[in-house]
Amino acid sequence: MNFKHKYFFLFPGLFVLIGILIFPIIFVVRLSLSGWNSYNPGLDYIGLENYIRLFTDDPRFWESFFRLSFLSVTTVILQYVIGFALAHMVWKDIKFKRFFRVLFLVPMMTTPVIMTVIWRTFFHESLGPVNDLLSVFGVAPKWLTDPVIAKFTVIIVEVWQWTPFMFLLLLAGLLSLPKEPFLAAAIDGASPIRKFIYVTFPLMAPISIGAIIIRLIEASKIMDTVYVLTSGGPGTSTETSSFYIFIKGLREFQMGYAASMSFTYLIIMIISLTIIAKVLTKVLLKE
Amino acid sequence: MKTCLTAVISSLMIFSPMAYADKWSDQFPHIKATGDIPGDCSYEKMSKKNYKGKTLKINTHAIPVMGEPTALHAEQFEKLTGAKVEVTHTPAGDLYSKAMVPFQAGQAPYDVVFGFSNFINDWKRYLAPVPKKYMNSPEMKDVTKSHMGVSSWDGTMYQYPVDGDRHYLKYRKDVIDNPEMQKKYKADTGNELRVPRTWKEYAQMAKYFNDWDWDGDGEKEYGSAEVMKKDDLMFAAFFSRSVAYAKNPRTPGGFFFDLETMKPNINNPGFVEALTDWVEATKYVPPGGTNFGLGDEIGSFGGGQTLFSFSWDDAFIAAMQDDSPIKNKVGAAPLPGADRVWNRVTNSWENQYNQAPYIVWGWAVGVAKKSKVKDMAFDYLCFFSNGANHQADLAIGRFGVNPFKNSDFDPNIYINSMGWDPEIANSYTQTLLDMEKSNNRVFPLRVPGVFEFTSAVATGTSKALAGQLSPQEALDEVAKEWEAIVSRVGKKAVQDAYAVGVKMEDNKL
Repeated sequence: MNFKHKYFFLFPGLFVLIGILIFPIIFVVRLSLSGWNSYNPGLDYIGLENYIRLFTDDPRFWESFFRLSFLSVTTVILQYVIGFALAHMVWKDIKFKRFFRVLFLVPMMTTPVIMTVIWRTFFHESLGPVNDLLSVFGVAPKWLTDPVIAKFTVIIVEVWQWTPFMFLLLLAGLLSLPKEPFLAAAIDGASPIRKFIYVTFPLMAPISIGAIIIRLIEASKIMDTVYVLTSGGPGTSTETSSFYIFIKGLREFQMGYAASMSFTYLIIMIISLTIIAKVLTKVLLKE
Repeated sequence: MKTCLTAVISSLMIFSPMAYADKWSDQFPHIKATGDIPGDCSYEKMSKKNYKGKTLKINTHAIPVMGEPTALHAEQFEKLTGAKVEVTHTPAGDLYSKAMVPFQAGQAPYDVVFGFSNFINDWKRYLAPVPKKYMNSPEMKDVTKSHMGVSSWDGTMYQYPVDGDRHYLKYRKDVIDNPEMQKKYKADTGNELRVPRTWKEYAQMAKYFNDWDWDGDGEKEYGSAEVMKKDDLMFAAFFSRSVAYAKNPRTPGGFFFDLETMKPNINNPGFVEALTDWVEATKYVPPGGTNFGLGDEIGSFGGGQTLFSFSWDDAFIAAMQDDSPIKNKVGAAPLPGADRVWNRVTNSWENQYNQAPYIVWGWAVGVAKKSKVKDMAFDYLCFFSNGANHQADLAIGRFGVNPFKNSDFDPNIYINSMGWDPEIANSYTQTLLDMEKSNNRVFPLRVPGVFEFTSAVATGTSKALAGQLSPQEALDEVAKEWEAIVSRVGKKAVQDAYAVGVKMEDNKL
């Protein structure tokens, strides 16, 4: 068999890879060097003009990036803590274990946009049931109209929607753990808390790092929740990078400029997620 | 001649139901009030067309506003002509790009595209002009002069008229005209309770009638329902509040920009005063009111939750529908004015009363130049706005179809087929008619890259409403952004397009 034949078998995969990954990235880079907009469509060449504008004259992009960092880190931490607690709960032999395992996955199976519309109705300050209930206690938070509270409303919806994903990964991790360390800890008379801190948690570290990174990547693209729930408001208080890029690209039709923001954002995310993965590995695996 | 034509068409509209009601309204209950009304695109005429085997693709707004009538008339059109009509619903903010992406790529996934009339400058090169046979139809001759202008550019019509929009004031007549309320208001505030003449009066009354049950239905009511949600047409609400302070009839040459220099006026003291008022308004809207989109505003005022509202007709029509708890309890009036107006030439306030109508124009629809079924597409649009459909659509607030024909200003239409109180019908039609006649009107921007300009206004004003920036800081930011956009698009291109609108505002067109 000719050695070169093996390349023949690689072509389909390579072709797909180029088509769906490499080409779009190259096209975005080319687009970012053009002034494509509603009145001037086409791939003209304007050099680094868009990048210069982004780095010197667009504080809104950087504000939205820092807001996104806050939202994604907070939601992922909460999802991890709650997801771990739920996974730990149904890992044990409890009644209706199978029912709970399915129940906890339900939010993830729903369509995010539709669920966000329902959440928006819940949090509607005039007509929503949440403030109706809370009015019994004399409080009526401004869920969607206060710049600070609106951020937490976004976090609540994101945590509700995506904690099941974290739960699923962590439960799979827990179910795959070896039994011997737990037996040894039981023989030594370790309390449940000590067992969790010294056995379960360290054994779960590699899975935890993977789950956190996957969720951080997803959370950093948060868009549909913001779009439906607040449209980035009040003001710009819940505007994230992806939503801002969406406004510039598909609302205002500044395609060239939006492409430069997308590419910059991609580079920043690659660098920051690599650093986060390294730090987590160092801290959790003590490498 | 025009008056004669209007009278003939009005008479046809009022009396024709007797002849056609039985034949078509059984099959199409939507037109039960009038039956078919003779015309070039009536039910009768459309039933003779045969579009079997052809497919018409439409991109329209989300249900209900404009999306619902689009789908309804598509279904009727299918039944009458045998065509297949596919309707796609898109949120308001995405209508522009949903059409522009394929337009720029040289494709036509939609034969008919709905949008706002101020998209005309960006869209016109991708749209087919309305053919002469429709231009010469009696229905088209009935369209008001200003709405013919809205749909056209350089004398060519690219957008088929289906809607005519203006912003005006809506108020609870049962409160404002109530002698007991007037006495109570006078005793408590020392002021007269009347239809507000200025935005300051509007604010005083709205504050007074905020957060208590003034209509005795067991629920709290509030001062005002307004479109304040970012990116949900809030820019138009802001301009409605600005025109009184910033549209000075003695300083022609541009409301949004100084036409000569193309320097933005958006951060001058007139606009700042309007934004300051608007920030104050966040105190007298219902809970969550600063996140109200157009749909929320319609539901809020139309459902009897607030004393005032201003924007398009929809909230007023919703309030006047048969199923409304406040039918025949609301009034229409011009937008409030101001006791002073900014003079941008002398850079000073003029202490005299000023009021200016804001002709918002509204929904527009065109046929893609690259469509392969243009004839069917124009027939559909002509059918959409035929006499019977138009009258039935006018009566449903959530449809978003508002008067744009001369015959629409006949109060008898609303009294006879919709059961309106004659006084309310008269004040409604008179308010709209006065706006058509005003010499101090403001029209929306129709310049290249219009979405960039309005998006900048939405961002700036929403920052002020959220307390992130002061009104002056917010509008300075908008002005800076506008200057940057003008520079990117090209001063000459924006100036040339803006000059057309300025001519209309200065009554030279």
